[in-house]
Amino acid sequence: MSRSSDETRRGRAGAASTGTGLDAATDRTDDGASLAGDPLRPSDHMDSGPAANRGDVDDVNQPALGLVGYVRFFWRQLTSMRTALFLLMMLALAAIPGSLVPQRTADPNGVTQYEVDHPKLFPILDSLQVFDTYTSVWFSAIYLLLFVSLIGCIVPRTRHHWQALRTRPPRTPARLHRLAGFQRVPVGPDVLADGTPALPTADAAVSSAMALLKRSGYRVERFGDSVSAERGYLRETGNLVFHAALVGVLLAVGVGGGFGYTGQRLLVEGQTFSNVLGSYDSFIPGRWFSQSQLHGYNLTLDKFTTSYETENLNALGAATDYNATVTSRTKGGATEQHDIKVNSPLSIGGTNVYLLGNGYAMQVTVRDGQGNVAFKDVVPFLPQDSNYTSLGVVKVPDAKPDQLGMVGFFYPTAVKQATGAYASNYPDVENPLLSLQVYTGDLGLDDGTPQSVYQLSTKGLKQIAGTSDSALTKSIALKPGQTKTLPGGTGSVTFDGVKRYVSLDIHHDPSQLWVALFAVLAVLGLLTSLFVPRRRVWVKVVPGGDGDGGAAFTLEYAGLARGEDPNLERAVADIANRHASDLGVRITQ
Amino acid sequence: MTSNLAQYSVVLVYSAMAVYVIAFIAFVLDLAKRTGEVQVVAAAQQPAKTVATVQGGTVVLERVEAPVRSGGRGTRFERVAFAMMVLGLVLHVGGIVLRGVAAHRVPWANMFEFSITGTAIIVLIFLLVQLWQNLRFLGVFVSGLVLILLGVATVNFYVDVVPLPPALQSYWLVLHVFVAICGTGFFALGAGLAVSQLVQTYRQGRADAKPLKFMETLPDADRLEVLTYRVILVGFVLWTFTLIAGAIWAERAWGRYWGWDTKEVWTFIIWVIYAGYIHARATRGWRGARSSWLALVGFAAVMFNFSVVNLFFKGLHSYSGL
Repeated sequence: MSRSSDETRRGRAGAASTGTGLDAATDRTDDGASLAGDPLRPSDHMDSGPAANRGDVDDVNQPALGLVGYVRFFWRQLTSMRTALFLLMMLALAAIPGSLVPQRTADPNGVTQYEVDHPKLFPILDSLQVFDTYTSVWFSAIYLLLFVSLIGCIVPRTRHHWQALRTRPPRTPARLHRLAGFQRVPVGPDVLADGTPALPTADAAVSSAMALLKRSGYRVERFGDSVSAERGYLRETGNLVFHAALVGVLLAVGVGGGFGYTGQRLLVEGQTFSNVLGSYDSFIPGRWFSQSQLHGYNLTLDKFTTSYETENLNALGAATDYNATVTSRTKGGATEQHDIKVNSPLSIGGTNVYLLGNGYAMQVTVRDGQGNVAFKDVVPFLPQDSNYTSLGVVKVPDAKPDQLGMVGFFYPTAVKQATGAYASNYPDVENPLLSLQVYTGDLGLDDGTPQSVYQLSTKGLKQIAGTSDSALTKSIALKPGQTKTLPGGTGSVTFDGVKRYVSLDIHHDPSQLWVALFAVLAVLGLLTSLFVPRRRVWVKVVPGGDGDGGAAFTLEYAGLARGEDPNLERAVADIANRHASDLGVRITQ
Repeated sequence: MTSNLAQYSVVLVYSAMAVYVIAFIAFVLDLAKRTGEVQVVAAAQQPAKTVATVQGGTVVLERVEAPVRSGGRGTRFERVAFAMMVLGLVLHVGGIVLRGVAAHRVPWANMFEFSITGTAIIVLIFLLVQLWQNLRFLGVFVSGLVLILLGVATVNFYVDVVPLPPALQSYWLVLHVFVAICGTGFFALGAGLAVSQLVQTYRQGRADAKPLKFMETLPDADRLEVLTYRVILVGFVLWTFTLIAGAIWAERAWGRYWGWDTKEVWTFIIWVIYAGYIHARATRGWRGARSSWLALVGFAAVMFNFSVVNLFFKGLHSYSGL
């Protein structure tokens, strides 16, 4: 860290800098590592000292390494720029497969479909964890290595920067004329501006330069008749903050995510959801979830409405708004009404409640062959197309003598097609029609095998209505309020009406705020690290003038960029101008 | 009314394309003229002045004019081309504004609108950047790219004005998508500069007769490298913002801030590639041609994200309207 070596270095480098910055970087033969106040960079960084003098890993004739040597060797490799670059490229490459095939987390049905479509390829890809790309061993390995490399880089750099922050600017170089923005301003009686009473002394000139640089945000140090100034320490600070914030994001996601949970619940108008485990249709707890995290509250879906485009002929029937009106009751007893919309979730009890889906639910009553009500419930149907043709299943295990199963199609606006089949041509309920195929037999619910409520396994069942062509056994078509008897004296079915349902996602994610915080820090760090220039500026008083004898002394100005600094020359010229004007001196060109 | 405005909008976009064609031809002629100039002025050249700093390994930049050009005015072709770009942009923006008025919203809610607005932003950035640096030599690249994109957009992506689906009804549509468009604009310009940088590197590496004489009127490879970096840096910052704004919006609309949706994946990939570019540039042995290649890989990913991912990949960002 000696200043003298710093000075020699600058002198040499100045002499070598005939062409581009690249030349300057490669021609240098200084001690590299001891650049006072300079950011500590990986040895293969563009702006760090030359490789050969730093025991860089490129050295071919390495002596035998001990265990510690090897550890140091690998650590150096891991924290080098090239490794970081390589890992970044690997990360980009490794992320691609996850966009090519469906992912279990985002699209589980897609994965199932993929298995059906590609029975040969699926097991191979699955064993490579391609369907869980972003939690796979190989993807994790890459980003974890990247972050280890990152931490290995920023920890020593932070320590170094901490020291640099308390270091004074280095001694003014002997020769400034090789440096950027070099400018000479002779000061004599002939260049005094109007109204300047007297020629400033050399000492006054240096003092005023110091004051000026200090005002401009430089850290200044006087060395005899010169001022050495440095600014832009924030650049390296920003760089470190940016990289540390990325580590922060990773930690917040990895650790904080474990304290959250997500769940889904389908809610028909009039139904109530309670925030307890049993009330969820599906629930994914984080790693460290405990039931005590569930804050008690109730949500009742009062009403769900969809607004449709009615004027634009290109988009008739397109939904323009979904609105779920809910009443909430929290533990304290407060009852409130809210609207949940897409893009406008409800915040309640530490959770956010999102409106992610909707559809129609059928109110159906089924009487069995003995005339008893065997089923009376509301059954959600899943929309199959943009006009809400919906598919659903009614299972009546209590029907006697035989159990009944029905597969239903619901058409909110039914039209009969040329083929005789129905279709829906508008998503709103204009001409609702429920069409049922009916089966009898053992539904298979009694042996405990789990079944989907949206699917009817027709194996072993006898279809009594809805077979292809026979007029006797055609599907049972019902309008709201209608009742029809089932064939063969098996009972009757009543279509009581249609209700809307919504599917809600309930999320609790305590890490979210932390991720957002670190993301903001990352942006701020990025902006400072890229756009705050780090530079040194020197102002020096040299006795004598240009040789014409008139000047008492000459002011010299020069600067040095520490990293990217496109405006260095302008900045030096600006300092010179302001300094001259402070002194009351005209700059003669 | 709405459909009338939308039709006028398309007419204006077509007119803008016609004007851009003139600009493109004039830019090409300008390059051809430069070849002639180079041969004439070959002898009386002054090397561009660059000053190196010691530590930074940085070229300290002055406003170095291209070596051959004496004044800042350029050839007549260049001036014609530039004027045509400005005129084209005026028509182009007129078309976009009409589209927005017709739709009663920001004109970038589907792929067609994204394309016409995105290309206008590319042209605008190209024009504005001239105030900072003389990069008119990129005119052929910019007008050519914009013409191709507009052609594909009007022929293949056109959709009538339809109301916004609920998922897009958010002020984040204004912010997130607009910033993404601006980022894309800077990346496009960066790709053009990276190409010139590669050509210039190739030429400077050849000892014998150097092809493409007009390249001598361009800045040298090192200078182009620095310019590429500057432009991409701005794009990178905008892209970072796009990523974060997208995450915030995704949290509101889909209930999670990050879910590895295909579009999210590719936005992330692009971010990582350009992060790699910035690191490559700071890695010894990688500054120059190698980092320029990375910049091109990055822009290829941007184009892939815009075209293939939008049209063929299944995901939540299915707003192409096609």
